[in-house]
Formats: sequence, structure tokens, C-alpha cells
Amino acid sequence: MDIEQIWFALVAFFFIGYFVLDGFDFGVGMALPLLGRDDTDRRVMINTIGPVWDLNETWVIVAGAVLFAAFPEWYASLFSGFYLPLLLILLALILRGVSFEYRHQRREPQWAARFDLMIIIGSFLPAFLWGVAFANIVRGVPMDADHQVSISLFGLLNPYGLLGGLTLVLLCLVHGMIFIALKTEGEIRARARAMILRFMLPTIAVAATFLFWTVLMHIQVPHLIWIIALAGLAAGSLIAAGLFSLRGREGFAFTAMALTIAAAVATLFVSLFPNVMPSTTTPAGTLTIVNASSSEYTLGVMLWVALITTPLVIGYQAWTYWVFRRRLSRDHIPAAAH
Amino acid sequence: MEEFFDPLALARWQFGLTTLYHFIFVPLTIGMALMAAIMQTAWYRTHDVKYLRLTRLFGKIFLINFAMGVVTGIVQEFQFGMNWSEYSRFVGDVFGAPLAIEGLAAFFLEATFIGLWIFGWDKLPRLAHLMSIWMVFFASAMSAYFILAANAFMQNPVGYTMNTERGRAELTSLWEVLSNPVVLAAFPHTILAAIMFAATVMIAVAAWHLRRNQHLETMRTALKAGLWTNVLAFMGVGLSGDQLSLAMVDAQPMKMAAAEGLYETTNAASFSIFTLGTPDGASELFSIRIPHLLSLLSTHTMNGEVEGINDLQAQYVTQFGPGDYSPIIWITYWAFRWMIGLGVFSALVSLVMLWMTRAKAPQRSALVQDRLWRVLIWTAPLPMMASLVGWVFTEMGRQPWIVFGLMKTEAAVSPNVAGWQVALSLAAFTAIYGTLAVVEFKLIRKAAQEGPPEISQGEDDHAEPDSLAIVY
Repeated sequence: MDIEQIWFALVAFFFIGYFVLDGFDFGVGMALPLLGRDDTDRRVMINTIGPVWDLNETWVIVAGAVLFAAFPEWYASLFSGFYLPLLLILLALILRGVSFEYRHQRREPQWAARFDLMIIIGSFLPAFLWGVAFANIVRGVPMDADHQVSISLFGLLNPYGLLGGLTLVLLCLVHGMIFIALKTEGEIRARARAMILRFMLPTIAVAATFLFWTVLMHIQVPHLIWIIALAGLAAGSLIAAGLFSLRGREGFAFTAMALTIAAAVATLFVSLFPNVMPSTTTPAGTLTIVNASSSEYTLGVMLWVALITTPLVIGYQAWTYWVFRRRLSRDHIPAAAH
Repeated sequence: MEEFFDPLALARWQFGLTTLYHFIFVPLTIGMALMAAIMQTAWYRTHDVKYLRLTRLFGKIFLINFAMGVVTGIVQEFQFGMNWSEYSRFVGDVFGAPLAIEGLAAFFLEATFIGLWIFGWDKLPRLAHLMSIWMVFFASAMSAYFILAANAFMQNPVGYTMNTERGRAELTSLWEVLSNPVVLAAFPHTILAAIMFAATVMIAVAAWHLRRNQHLETMRTALKAGLWTNVLAFMGVGLSGDQLSLAMVDAQPMKMAAAEGLYETTNAASFSIFTLGTPDGASELFSIRIPHLLSLLSTHTMNGEVEGINDLQAQYVTQFGPGDYSPIIWITYWAFRWMIGLGVFSALVSLVMLWMTRAKAPQRSALVQDRLWRVLIWTAPLPMMASLVGWVFTEMGRQPWIVFGLMKTEAAVSPNVAGWQVALSLAAFTAIYGTLAVVEFKLIRKAAQEGPPEISQGEDDHAEPDSLAIVY
């Protein structure tokens, strides 16, 4: 296995980590109006992700930095080419992040309501736009021989891109609601369990269509079998998440949902391989794991860094989730301001 | 239209503004983490509840502030690719490495342990909880090291080779990049300046309460700790700043010449504290000068030779071809002076206050005392302002280069991002950042004025379960 291939897998790993982890944060944010009847409900929901949203969001910073270090051409073409969607993602993430910190600083209802709205928008937009962006990377973008992308925001909102966005939104929403069911008790938990079942069938339908479309687009790719396998795994574990939810097995449902998102994102990366960003205008413009990558030395030395740090990261993050394993309920929310 | 929306100028403004804005919160995050860690350590060792109350108070300020540091930091990383794609292609092989290490080794650690510290008061054993805040400080300092190493490459490229076939710089030694003489000096300089800012904020909070005769015991402790920290950190800032000057003269003599507006190469060069003259500094009307000081700063000898802008310009034209190789002199000249002046003034204020609050200090009239507290409150932003103009000096002083000697800023901008798009993002960032600055300032002021929470001795040993775990 070439070192470029290892790094392609590592980039995929960090993006998968991001969507699996921040995915349920997005879902919790989007579920605020669906599951929260009053301020106390919403506080319970936000506090379930309180200790972890920041470290979950850090996965995208690391994914971006790893992309920069390992595939600078990919990073440069992608980030400059997708300027406006990334701008919107940044603005949304800013609003979401500060809203978590600010909403509890004053007790007036209007104050909290304003930040709730920003959390909802700040959770929906990144999920949607990352879905659109990744679908378009797979679909290919107009890119000249110097790897300069030229596509407008509306050019990205093509049917496949929109379906990608909708898929990620629904996956994150269900993921977030399963997380709430897993992390709360009482009425919110019951409401979440009911809501998951209502969203399950539409989510399965949309995600299956997107995955099927992705498979069809790559019907002539030599490693098609892997794409089908991963897409199948994604669809299968999504159905499993639905069945576990039906039986109230929240831990299993959450695991299956995490596997769904991981397999769906992996499907996209495997569909790309060995390209990283195909060009729709000229074959010379296509970025591959070879012509987009850093030098052997950089990839080699950074591989050591990644191999040493990543297990530690997984270790202490897993420990954090263990420390904060207890369920929350309305009884935990102090009535008075603090 | 194209003239008006110049993508290069707009992208530079955007990077400059978002970076400076980011750097208001980062020093406070780094410095406050240290302050909270020290207070909590004092509580852990002495079981004196006043230290716990201070930890809680400054922990709350830290918490309000840190979210801003996080969310504005993502913008910084994304901007390299979004607005400076040609730069990213050119140096990604070198520059990406410290950035990725920063993420893998430092950001993850910081983000995880911040969560553990904030939400873990009653969930972790005391020592583990104390260690969490130290981990936050350690991780944030480490992230500062790696990002400064990346910046040092732009100031003084080392550890690379040019790959002409792919038209880019490639890493040959990660160790050289990480042990760049510029980062070795810039790291203590930046970290200690950050600690100064946290110290002056702590002093200001203490002064606000002392002025109102409330929380006397805790606030006297906070005041003393803040004053001593500020003075000691300033001494380190000065020493490391001196080292940084030497490294800078070595790597970028033009920047030192531009710091003084020194046009002709001079032995025994003097340093002007203040100059009146043409805006570009080329001809002066009046100045106050300290003899030999520039030579001393640049070479550590009284009569050392300091190269002037004109000679350096001629030398660079021979080396790199025709062009203007000097930065905007009035900016570098004044930024350098404001950086030093603000830092020195802040430290002097603290030093004077240490003298005036000594145990044997004579009784002062209420009016004088009131004035003193007000000075301490209003001088809180000085170290932050010094840091900001310091960055203006560092980055503007490198122009016209983005990577000194290797790539000009004008060649680094994304060619496929239209001027209107950059104008749009600049307007959006300005609007949101401006609004958030107001909210942020009000919230921090509110938290500071509420003062330390009431916790009586002994109560801390059996805190209400879960009440501390609900933060949001």
C-alpha cells in the first residue's frame, strides 16, 4: 500500500470521525424545536452535548489541517472552489458555538429564544452544506488543468448535491435524536423515541436513494464491489438502527447509526478513489491521490505523528464520554439562574 | 467593478482583521487557563475556599471567552485554502505539517479537557479535575508553539527545498521547521504577552470590586497575584523580545530597518522614541533619540552596523529582480513603538501599584485611592493592544512577501475567488464579529461584576451532586 493511499484513508478517517461525532451535535441542535417543549427541555438537550460538542467540532479542524498537510492541492482547490458554501458553514459554526455559551448567560426568554434559533440554523446549515459539498466532490466539478475550480453556489445545488445535503441532514437529525433518547430520561426520552420512528422511514428512503445513485454513478469503476459493499452496509445499519429504536435498544441504535454515517461517508471516499476531486471539464484537471499529495518525506514524518497521536486522542475522548455517561433529566436543571 | 473589489486587497484586509480579532480571545484563553490553574492548585493545596471562589470566577470568564477563540480559529484555518489557495499549493507541503500537528496533538487535547474541566467538577476526583485545567493550559501553549512555528517559516524559511518541477517548497526537515530560531524567541514572547493580558484583566476585576469595598479578601489575593504576574511576565516579554529582534535582524534585516525607518546603513545607530516628519519617515522634522540603542538591539554591540532600507532595497533588486521590497514604513515604525510602549506602560502601572499596596503603605485619601482603582480598570486592555500592534508589525513588516524571499503576497491569493465574494465574506465577518464583540464584552463584564460565587468553608467538600454538571 502506497503512503498516499494510507493518507487518503486517514483523511477519510478524520472526516468520518467528524460526521459521526459532530453529526449528533447537529442533530441535537436541529431537534430543539421538535423535542423541546420549554426552556428546561431545551437546556436538558443542550447539556447532553455540553461537555463534548467542542471536541467533536475539533475533528473538522483536524480533518482540514490533515488535508492541508497531506494533500495541499486538494485542500487549495476545494476550499477556494467552494468559497461561498464554506463561508456559510463557517458563519453557521460561529453562531452555533457562541450560542451554546451565551444562551444560559441571561434568563430572559427572548434572550434564550434568539440563541436557540441560531443553534437550529447553525446545526442545519453545516449538515446540509457539507452534504452538498461532499456530493459535489464525488460528482466532479469544473476544474481546469491548473486545478482551479469554477463553480457557483447554485452550480453546487444540482439534484445529486441537494440529495446529498438532504441525506446528511436527515442522518444527523436521527442520529441526534437517538443520542437524546440515549442520554436523557423521562418525557424528553419518550418524545425522542416517538420522533425517531416518525423520521426513520423518510430517512431510509432518502439515504437509500442517494447511496443507490452514488453506486450507479460508479458502475464502471473497477472496485465497484467495495462501493456496493459500503453502501449496503450503510443502508443495512440504518435499517438496523430503526429496528433497535423500535425495540427501545438505544445503545445499539446509536451504534448502528454511527456505523451508518461512517459507512455512508466511506462510500463517498471509496467512490472517489484513486481520484480526490474529479474534473468535469478536462481529464488533466482531475486531482488524484498522487498529483494532489505532499512529498514522500512530509507524508512519512506526518504518518508517525498521526500514528502516535491518534490512538491517544481516541483514548482520552472515549474516557470523556465515559465520564459523562449518565442520563440527564429535567430534575437536573436548576430552577434559578446561576 | 473589478477595480473597486480588488480581491487581493480585500483578502488581505479580511485575513488581517479576522486574525487580529482571533488574537483578542486567544491570549485571554491561554492566560486565563493558567490563572485558573494556579488558583485551583492553591485551593487544592491549602483548602482555603477563597482560591476556589477565584477559580470559579475566572473560570467563568474563561468559559465565555474560550468559545470565541474556538469558532474564530476555524475561520483562520479555512482561510488559507479559501483566500490563499496559491499560497497553500506553494507551501502546503511544509506549512501544513505544523498545522496538522497542532490539531492532532494540541487542539484535541485542549477541547477534550476543557469539557472535562467545565462539566467535571463533581464527576472527577479532585486531582484529576485539577490536572484537567493544567492540561488545557499545556495544550493551548502547545498549539501556540506549532502555529508560531508555521508563522516562523513565513518569516524565516528553513528546513525546505524548492521542487521546481512541481513549483513548490517541500519539507526536508520537520525538526528544523520546529526549531526555527524565530519560533524559539517568538513563543515565549507571545505566551508571556498573553499571560500579561490575563493578569491585567484579573487586576481590573479585583480593582472594580475593591473600589466598591466588596469581596475584600478574595480580591486582594487576586490583585496581588495579577500584579506580580504582570510584572514578572513583562520581564520575560522583554528578554524574549530582545532575542526575537536578533533573530529578525538575521532573517529579515529589512524589517528591523523599517522598525526604525532607517534609510542609510549606519554604525552606532540611535533609536528614536518619537518622530515628526513625512508619513513615509524618509525625512524627519523632529525626533527624540536614544543614542546607540538600535545598534544595541540589532547586534548587541554599541556601534554595530545596522543595514538601511536603501541598501537592502538595492541588494534585493539584485537578488530577486526589480520591485519594491520595503514595507509601509510609517506602519512598521509606529507599530513597533506602540507595541513596546503599551507593554512597558502596563508593567509600570503594575509595578507602581505593587509599591503602593505594600504592607507598610501609608493611608491614602479616598479620592486618590479611587483614582488608582480606576487606572487599574482602564489599563486592562494595554497588553492586548500591545500584542495586536506587535502582530501588525510582524506581518506588515514582512511585506511584500508572504513567505520571506520565496513568495510575494500578491502571488498567493486565490485566482478563482472573485472580488465580490471576498467583499461579501469580509462584510459578513465584520458584521458578525462586531456584534459578537459587543455581546462578549457585556457578558464578561457582567460575570466579572457579579464577583466570586459564595461558597463557605467546608461546603465545597460535599457539593450538590449534578448541580455543577449543568453548565448550559
